[in-house]
Amino acid sequence: MNFSDVFKQSNQLCKVSPDGKYLATCVQYRLVVRDVSTLQILQLYTCLDQVSHMEWSSDSLFILCAMYKRGLVQVWSLEQPDWHCKIDEGSIGLVSSRWSPDGRHILNTTEFHLRITVWSLCTKAVSYIKYPKACQKGIDFSRDGSYMALAERRDCKDYVSVFVCDDWHLLRHFETETQDLAGLEWSPNGCVLAVWDSCLEYKVLLYSLDGRLQSIYSAYEWSLGVKSVTWSPSSQFLAIGSYDEKVRILNHITWTKFTQFDHPSTINSTKAVVYKEVEKRPAAGSEDLSIHNITIGTTLFNTQSKYDICSLPVQIPVVKPDPDRANPKIGVSTLAFSSDSRYLATKNDNMASVVWVWDMQKMSLVAVLQQISAVRCFQWDPRRPRLALCTGNAKLYLWSPPGCVSVPVPSEGGFQVQSLSWHCSGDSLILLGKEQLCFCYMDTDQENK
Amino acid sequence: MPESSLVKDIHGTSAECRTSPLREFYQSSLQLHRSSNMFSCFCTEHNVQECASHISQELLSLGLTPVWTELSCRSELNVTAVINCMYDLIQLHRRSIRTLENLEVEHHKLSSNVAFLQLTSTRQTEQLEVCKRENAGLVEKERQLQLKVKSLQNAVRNEKEEVHKLQSIIASRASQYNHEMKKKEKEFNKLKEHLHQLLVGKKEKKQAIDVLNNIGRADGKRSLWKTEKTEAKHEGEMYRTLLSDYDARQRELEVENAEMRKVLQQMKKDMMSVLSSTKLTVTNDKQADDGVQADSGEEEEVLDSSKESVELHCVHAREKLTNSIRLQWRRLKNHVERLDSQASLAQVDESKTLAVPRETHEEEMNRLKLEIQQCKDFIQTQQQLLQQQLSSPCDEETGSLLSDRYMSQETERLREEWRTLEEQRKIFERERRNFTEAAIRLSHERKAFEEDRATWLKHQFLNSSPFADSKKPQMSKSKSAFLISETEASGTMDPEELVKCPSDTTSPAHGCFPLTSPSTAITSRTVPYPRKKLEQTEDKDY
Repeated sequence: MNFSDVFKQSNQLCKVSPDGKYLATCVQYRLVVRDVSTLQILQLYTCLDQVSHMEWSSDSLFILCAMYKRGLVQVWSLEQPDWHCKIDEGSIGLVSSRWSPDGRHILNTTEFHLRITVWSLCTKAVSYIKYPKACQKGIDFSRDGSYMALAERRDCKDYVSVFVCDDWHLLRHFETETQDLAGLEWSPNGCVLAVWDSCLEYKVLLYSLDGRLQSIYSAYEWSLGVKSVTWSPSSQFLAIGSYDEKVRILNHITWTKFTQFDHPSTINSTKAVVYKEVEKRPAAGSEDLSIHNITIGTTLFNTQSKYDICSLPVQIPVVKPDPDRANPKIGVSTLAFSSDSRYLATKNDNMASVVWVWDMQKMSLVAVLQQISAVRCFQWDPRRPRLALCTGNAKLYLWSPPGCVSVPVPSEGGFQVQSLSWHCSGDSLILLGKEQLCFCYMDTDQENK
Repeated sequence: MPESSLVKDIHGTSAECRTSPLREFYQSSLQLHRSSNMFSCFCTEHNVQECASHISQELLSLGLTPVWTELSCRSELNVTAVINCMYDLIQLHRRSIRTLENLEVEHHKLSSNVAFLQLTSTRQTEQLEVCKRENAGLVEKERQLQLKVKSLQNAVRNEKEEVHKLQSIIASRASQYNHEMKKKEKEFNKLKEHLHQLLVGKKEKKQAIDVLNNIGRADGKRSLWKTEKTEAKHEGEMYRTLLSDYDARQRELEVENAEMRKVLQQMKKDMMSVLSSTKLTVTNDKQADDGVQADSGEEEEVLDSSKESVELHCVHAREKLTNSIRLQWRRLKNHVERLDSQASLAQVDESKTLAVPRETHEEEMNRLKLEIQQCKDFIQTQQQLLQQQLSSPCDEETGSLLSDRYMSQETERLREEWRTLEEQRKIFERERRNFTEAAIRLSHERKAFEEDRATWLKHQFLNSSPFADSKKPQMSKSKSAFLISETEASGTMDPEELVKCPSDTTSPAHGCFPLTSPSTAITSRTVPYPRKKLEQTEDKDY
């Protein structure tokens, strides 16, 4: 495993192009484009203000930089560095900005979600979409980029509009049976739209592409409901994580629950392996405290750690959330399927330092990773069943079915890994700290990890 | 006669009170006396005196005055004394009768009391029984009521818990509502501010886009007008996507279905074969009957299986398959149960039929044990031989011969290699010497050449211009610097080459250490982190 040097970035804006060749990072008001393999700077662009959001177009030719405070969006071209494009939203403000799947339209959501403006870079034409809903996930593009689903709210009722991304033609517009729609997501095959209600009511509705309601799923009433929803890449499963610390899996044929994963605080009998991160104390002999070692500093501050396998029963530390506060830190907030739909990784918010890995073929727990500090981010390798996670310290943790490893990230100033993302080839990882980023190259012949 | 008058008197008194049965008995005895004339039997004219003395003795014993004293010789009784005696006796008799009567009355009273008490006691035992039964009933009722109380308490506790839960749910919902309300209020306020600003007339910036030039569409095609045709096309596309998805799903399900059916058929065949093989071994009449039925059933099913593959989509065929599987499974289950019961019976009986297999079993075991022993002995002898081979302190000559035999080949080979390496080294030395000589010669020649060139140039400059005189020493210096570096380079090159050839060690590649694979699949490892230096110059700023 190789680690590159540490580079600067701001706002956690660091994205690899969809074709995997370039890496774009924002440093204050500058946009830096590097080559992924050599990390050489290829292009340097200067924006008018500090960049709040940055996104690659789907063909990897353009980069969008949005500055929400100023209400500006600047688009840069990789092929022609001289080409420029600036969209000024004026006094209507800007809250979010994104590309359309064809890479030629930009959708800007104005302040207060008054409307969505669709700017075309081909024709400089503008279209407007009224009454978009301000919710957790109100807009989603299907994976093949042909349809866009938008949540709307008119007259205290929720609607979903399906647009054809080719020419923004409104294909379907239907009312949903939700009290307060919180999010929607297309299935990876683009044929089913999952719509879920806010946490006050547990309700997940499944609509087919042409707007017919296929099924409604509600596990229970009254208690706080759905916290997170995710599709499996094969579109066979819909995983719903809720505030009752359980994950329910629906199957795509009958849309009924066929299994449920619990997150108990005591693990008693399971065939899963429980990994516990344990800090290896550095040998503190008198010779270690020489000036030489102190100036280097790495051995003192970056304690190494390793994984121990715990024997059952295992007690997991639980943090009870404050019952009076809204959005309590309890329930399954993060779900991720591996790319082959074989594994599901979950995190329960009141056991924030534990990641649970479930096997979908056997419908059982496969591994439990108990870290020292709270897990901040985890992501599956896009090619193989390998999970990378970070907990805000200077280490990178990897899990795959044979085993689990903890890798310290080399850096001089103490690089705290806040989030990570895989390169689309699965050969490298981008680690983001607060103001820094680091590239990590995996060995391609690590088959026995 | 005074006696008869007394008797009359007694009769008279007896006639007065005729109540007690004893009295009657006495009367009857008196009558008997009268009839039998007992007095005459006791006292006759001959034994008057004896009788008299006897009577006086008896009277004495009774405590009365005697009537006959032996002292007096007169044979005549004292009549007054006799009469007194008789009167005393009569009084005594009367008294005793009275006491007898009293006793009788007492006895009667007591017996009636006893009867009464017995009656009351039976009544009371009955009452006690009844009370006991009632008590048992009440105890039972109390127990049931206690159970009910407990269950009600549980229910109350559950209800309380549910109430708590609902309260907490309500509390969380309320906090969520409040939070959302606050958020909405904040947004509303912001909106109001914004509106206010707009109304005040702040300069409104318009929306605008500023593009250098239009870029082409991603797919290179021209965009189409929005017409009904395009709308229809979009609808068509959408339905096509849906249909293809449904098709794919249906195909998957069909494939799955076919596999399941295959598995079921396989299971059915297996079960049938198992049942038929067991049918051959069993000779019971009842089972033969079943077997006959199974036969006929199997024939039907054999016929059916050929048809099934054709009619798989028909509901009836499906039902037939599942029913036949159920039937076979039931038969198999019954068979297994029968076998189980037979086995258990046989175990209880300890019949001979089990002893035979047990014997063969034991024979097998013994054979295997013998084999194991043989193998172990073999291994031991091998080990011993190996030990002898390795250590061999006694047989040194043969050992050394042997070792020589093994080692001589190696030594020969190594000697040859050493010879070739020596030769190579000599060659290299020679060549090196040649190279150095050549280099020295070359340098000399070059020097001479440069000097010639310098002189020629000098001539040229001297001939052409009056200025050039300072450049030459610089050029020569630089050229000599170049020469020195060359010789240095050439000098340092060769020993490196020489050093590299015989050694086989490779220097570790800088940069990447690959992650060492863990010895066991699961244990963790930390990685030493070497640095791979990439472009650094511009990166420091960013």
